[in-house]
Amino acid sequence: MSKKEAEGSFRKRKLDISHTQQIREERDGNPSSAVMLAFKTFQQELDTKHDKYERLVKLSRDITIESKRTIFLLHRVTSVPDVEEVLAESEDKLDGVKLKIKLIALELIGEDLYQYHRAFTPGIQEYVEAVSFQHFIKERSLISLEQINKDLIFIEDKKNEEPEGLSSDSQDEKDKPVCFQVTPTDYLLGVADLTGELMRLCISSVGNGDIDTPFELSQFLRQVYDGFSYIGNTGPYEVSKKLYTLKQSLGKVEDACYALKVRGSEIPKHMLADVFSTRAALVESDEGIS
Amino acid sequence: MLAVVARIVWAAHRIHSFLSIISTDSAPSVWFPNRATEMSVNEMFSGIQGFLSADQDVREDIRKVVQGLEQTAREILTVLQSVHQASGFKDIPSKCQRGRELFCTVRSHLGDLKTKFPAEQYYRFHEHWRFVLQRLAFLAAFVVYLESETLVTREEVTQILGIEVNREKGFHLDIEDYLSGVLTMASELSRLAVNSVTAGDYSRPLRISNFINELDSGFRLLNLKNDPLRKRYDGLKYDVKKIEEVVYDLSIRGLAREPGSGGEE
Repeated sequence: MSKKEAEGSFRKRKLDISHTQQIREERDGNPSSAVMLAFKTFQQELDTKHDKYERLVKLSRDITIESKRTIFLLHRVTSVPDVEEVLAESEDKLDGVKLKIKLIALELIGEDLYQYHRAFTPGIQEYVEAVSFQHFIKERSLISLEQINKDLIFIEDKKNEEPEGLSSDSQDEKDKPVCFQVTPTDYLLGVADLTGELMRLCISSVGNGDIDTPFELSQFLRQVYDGFSYIGNTGPYEVSKKLYTLKQSLGKVEDACYALKVRGSEIPKHMLADVFSTRAALVESDEGIS
Repeated sequence: MLAVVARIVWAAHRIHSFLSIISTDSAPSVWFPNRATEMSVNEMFSGIQGFLSADQDVREDIRKVVQGLEQTAREILTVLQSVHQASGFKDIPSKCQRGRELFCTVRSHLGDLKTKFPAEQYYRFHEHWRFVLQRLAFLAAFVVYLESETLVTREEVTQILGIEVNREKGFHLDIEDYLSGVLTMASELSRLAVNSVTAGDYSRPLRISNFINELDSGFRLLNLKNDPLRKRYDGLKYDVKKIEEVVYDLSIRGLAREPGSGGEE
């Protein structure tokens, strides 16, 4: 097909399109009819909703990325002499994440939290994971939902972009602190992910010749696992799914502890890491210590 | 209602009580587990467990009411389905009347549903009644169309069902559910067009055709995402096509009284 022909056919097609549009417009009848007017308002309503949803998804993604980075940073705790420094840095990072969560809270003022829940739940779970990981490294305990939510109460500074006295409820919001409430389900899912991180922490600390941490971790993980077993299938479906991974993590940590107990005293430190990469199934070794 | 709120408040209280168990004032040495925390892990999980089982009880109550709603919706549908039979065209008004009577039952069921959960948590349990609400919106729209051949407004649907339009006021009809109901009605009308020709009513398809075309152009104003509503909307063009074929068939055979779209002899 020559260029000219192509152009010609293109022009023809354009003509066709405008022609069909004309037909359509004729067929559509009156653009200011009741139905069309109704749908115009629906269009606005849906667009507003979708825009808000997209904004929340963006925020959630940022929160996920930042929280993941915080977790990686915290994993360096085992190999860095100065623990405090790492913790301080993670604190800074988490403060940044909290600011993002505050933006989510602002988006949700006057909205039903659950209407947009799916937009931001991944980010919130990741944040729970990061904040509980940090808390564990600091305190050796599980952070409570209550405490996470307490850290997410933001005192609202006067919004400058809003002129004074817009409406009565915006006045109320100025007096009220903005707060974000993590739902128990998000908390549970975040804690389930935390166990995976703790398993990694355990293996890497063994590699560094730390003999105490694995035992501590296995104890803690056992408690968490018992907790999840206690909830069992009363919880939502996602929680039951995570239970399987949790069990695997616990198994790895328990195997590590077992290996340390039985043979730890005989293996040179630098070879410890190799032992855990292969599952310690050498139970029938005749070096059983009674 | 009060019982539900009490349960949820109780669960929240349980969760709240963890705070008192955790002692954060004495920072434990980093490498030794704090004995007090052993309790707290269990405590935390049992608190959350309390919350979850309260949540499940609420869902159970909602499911029971929704079952009743679905039953009534099926009854209404059965009444209205009879317009598709050849004999059914004669007494459409009486069928609509019967349908409207059944909507009283729907109203009382929905009133019951409102008491089962805290009003501000509508979207938390939304998926339980989403399907049936779409179905009811469709039925209401269908009744209104059969009576007056106009598109039901959102306000009318909420009046028929005895619920609110705005989220702030309580149990409301979500816009997407309303639109889904309207789309279901469109496919029902394309069926009706075919069956009305069979029954010898040649003017109805033309009216339905105009109505559906207007609906189609209305929907084309919306910017839909890739959600269930979009998938349903994608089916609308087939309904439009089907009705146009019926109109075409009528006009080439000179059965249409009014000039149809195309097919001038």
